[in-house]
Amino acid sequence: MNSQRRSLVLALPGLGWLTVFMIVPCLIVFFFSFFERGVYGGIEYNFGFDNFLRAAEPIYLSIFLGSARIAALATLIAVIIAYPAAYAISLAPKDRQNTYLFLVMLPFWSNYLIRTYAWIVLLNREGLINKALGGAGIITEPLPILYNDFAVITGLVYNYLPFVILAIYASLQRLNPELREASTDLGAPAWVTFLRVTLPLTLPGVAAGAVFVFVLSIGNFITPDLLGGGRIQMVGNLIYDQFLSARDWPFGAALSLILIFIMMLLLFTQAVFVNRAQQARAAPDG
Amino acid sequence: MKRIFTTVSTAALAVALGAGAVGPWGLGSGAALAADKIVISNWDGYMPKDLPEKFKAETGIEVEVALHATNEEIMGKVVAGKGKGYDVLFVSSPFAEVLHKLGLSAPIDHAKVPNFANLYPEAASLEYDPGNTFSAPYAWGTTGLCYRSDLVEGTPSSWNDLLNPSDALKGKVTMLATDRWLMAAGMLAKGYSVNETSQAKIDEVKSQLIETKKDLLAYDDTTFYSKLVSGEASLVHAWDGWCNYGIAENDDIKYVIPQEGTDLWVDTMVITAASENKDAAHAFINYILSADNGKWVAENILYKVPNKAAMEALDGGLLASFPNLDMAPADMMKQEQLRDLGSAQKAYTKAVTEITASN
Amino acid sequence: MARRALAAHLALTYGFLYGPILVLMVLSFNRAGLPTVWTGFSLEWYVTLADSPAILAAALNTIIVAVVSTVIATTLGTLLALGVERRRQSNAVDALLFAPMIIPDIVLAIALLSFFTLLEVTLGLHSIILSHVVFNIAFVCAVVRTRLKHFDYAIIEASIDLGADRFTTFRRVTLPVIFPGVLAGALLAFTLSFDEFIIAFFTAGAGASSTTLPMRIYSMIRFGVTPEINAMATIIMLISFTLVFFSQRLNRATVSD
Repeated sequence: MNSQRRSLVLALPGLGWLTVFMIVPCLIVFFFSFFERGVYGGIEYNFGFDNFLRAAEPIYLSIFLGSARIAALATLIAVIIAYPAAYAISLAPKDRQNTYLFLVMLPFWSNYLIRTYAWIVLLNREGLINKALGGAGIITEPLPILYNDFAVITGLVYNYLPFVILAIYASLQRLNPELREASTDLGAPAWVTFLRVTLPLTLPGVAAGAVFVFVLSIGNFITPDLLGGGRIQMVGNLIYDQFLSARDWPFGAALSLILIFIMMLLLFTQAVFVNRAQQARAAPDG
Repeated sequence: MKRIFTTVSTAALAVALGAGAVGPWGLGSGAALAADKIVISNWDGYMPKDLPEKFKAETGIEVEVALHATNEEIMGKVVAGKGKGYDVLFVSSPFAEVLHKLGLSAPIDHAKVPNFANLYPEAASLEYDPGNTFSAPYAWGTTGLCYRSDLVEGTPSSWNDLLNPSDALKGKVTMLATDRWLMAAGMLAKGYSVNETSQAKIDEVKSQLIETKKDLLAYDDTTFYSKLVSGEASLVHAWDGWCNYGIAENDDIKYVIPQEGTDLWVDTMVITAASENKDAAHAFINYILSADNGKWVAENILYKVPNKAAMEALDGGLLASFPNLDMAPADMMKQEQLRDLGSAQKAYTKAVTEITASN
Repeated sequence: MARRALAAHLALTYGFLYGPILVLMVLSFNRAGLPTVWTGFSLEWYVTLADSPAILAAALNTIIVAVVSTVIATTLGTLLALGVERRRQSNAVDALLFAPMIIPDIVLAIALLSFFTLLEVTLGLHSIILSHVVFNIAFVCAVVRTRLKHFDYAIIEASIDLGADRFTTFRRVTLPVIFPGVLAGALLAFTLSFDEFIIAFFTAGAGASSTTLPMRIYSMIRFGVTPEINAMATIIMLISFTLVFFSQRLNRATVSD
């Protein structure tokens, strides 16, 4: 048995599992998307592309765009918070960096639902933040900070921030310190070194973290459900509603496929971007 | 030695798959195995906690309780899984109608449920299921406005008080999230039927509800009464029984049916066609419909039950504290009953999507 | 100057990450159970929790699901990583391994439910486990592969040259080197499975016997601000933090060996 065959044997059980419990079920969903909802919610097997045409109607397009907007804002804010945090960790003494990172990741190991729930407690009209601000005399009327975009974006940033910090930190780690020193030696001020050397070279890390937040946010269901108070409709909720309230499985399946397609496209773009950055770095005069 | 690798991994796979085929390990559902056991699904907190225990003590039948937060949740699961594993489902009348039309409900054999005799005659002639052929009514009531009389000026009297709240109430109002009740509020405000299917009227109501959304705190099906208690909200769109939960915690909370009228909803018990223990399921329904247990349920969940014998036995003090419990069935029958909309459901879903997606 | 600003920013970030968690922990000891008024120290909510057989049963179910799916996924995922890392890179395989991490939960949940229904598989804890293994394999595999990237395959050949058979080589050479990765993968898998709500909700059987803790928590949150959640949050967090802490210690010890 040669090594290629041996490695196939090692991989087979895992690949088999994914084939049986992921590919086959997803193919079923794929087939659903070409049929019609029955009057009471079953599936009528009339083949057609109607569901995909329907997904292009303005209302559904606007939900895709609205989700993209919320996901993009969450991503942007997460990156803005994460970059300096990761940078600060990378500047810390070597022996403390791991502890700092560990502390960043620790909250992630608690329960997602509970972490989201904490924000309901903090943000509601009679919640801690409003009480504190009111008590300090900063506001007279409670701020409407729950059940809107703000709350949903806060929840998303809160849950995914650790990953962005980790991704950016990893790329800062890979950075060759000599490059920075060279720039400083050549007389560049610290901010020029940062803008012209550090930032461009860590962009792949930023991209990896950003795509991660964006992809997980746009398909998210729980955060808009709990923090949006039914007022924020994202693609995840739309899909959920098709399968549950509307019992329109074919349309829900079509929406799911479109969502997966968008995600794949993003990840592909990011992979190309990272590859290019790596090639540029590998090139002798790049 | 490579054989060990494959043996180990194949064994792991076989164990896992075998477990899947063989079924439950340890705590798995034993519905198919034990003859005297049924699985029911109900809303959380919608029946006395120790009811399964007492039922078992009396009949020897074990009841396993699954919980759902909304009609949609349980419908999604039951439609997908053809109801397998469940024996009795608690769903609202339009959803019971769908289960029946999809062939997922079993006919109810009245010979096995003598306690149907305890029901009000009105409860046997409900439009969605005259004669209770596929569903047994569990609780019924109206949808209206639940409010903090200390925070709302005057008494709300119209659906428009909810849909176009006064400046003082803006941002302190919630509406029900389920599409049928959300749309019903808009339909009733305009004097239309809660089962209206004309596209023009659906669009008209949709525009109104998009306007209303700007003034809403949230859409809320499950926690509106606690928002009233905490003071987050002052006026909420509510089912009567759930408003009672608020009234129980705060005397200033009141319930009112708007002058335009409202819907009569019925939460029903349906036996699944897939049930492997229909006799036990019938016994369970019969147990619930007894006079004593009906009274116990009403006292516990603070919802009206369609059980004449039970309601007549209720304590006067309870009725005084929760006036909406005292509504006569004849008055309830004057309200329009929610029905399944058939193919028009699609238009409702789309309208509600547009409402919740609007800014 | 800039350094100090960065340090301050990092401190604020930790405040943001830990603030909400600390608030829940403090509130879990509040007698009134209301989030806004402190009415005195009390363990009442912990007692309520300990008295609730439904929640304890759900916690037990979750642990069963998480442990079994972690064991299966760690075994298969590690083998998969070993197999894949030594093969020519294949985009199809990479995509297959990546897919479970990005497919929205709700889609995978519906797909699996349709699949089980079509095959007439009785749903229960086992169907949740089968489903959780799907995404767990992918995560374990990804973590172990990162570890294998730095693996020097020459030591395997050296071991075989020295007369060790393949199994001994795996046990004595490969496994110790990749072990921190395997452990990290297992821990990740356990957490993901312990946390997972939507897929569990759809693939669970009827009734309390396959209700998991996240399903229970979701319904509690949906039904309002119940103080028991705070107590439960505190317990879950303390357990998981302790677990992560010790595995980290173990991990470090192994690395330094």
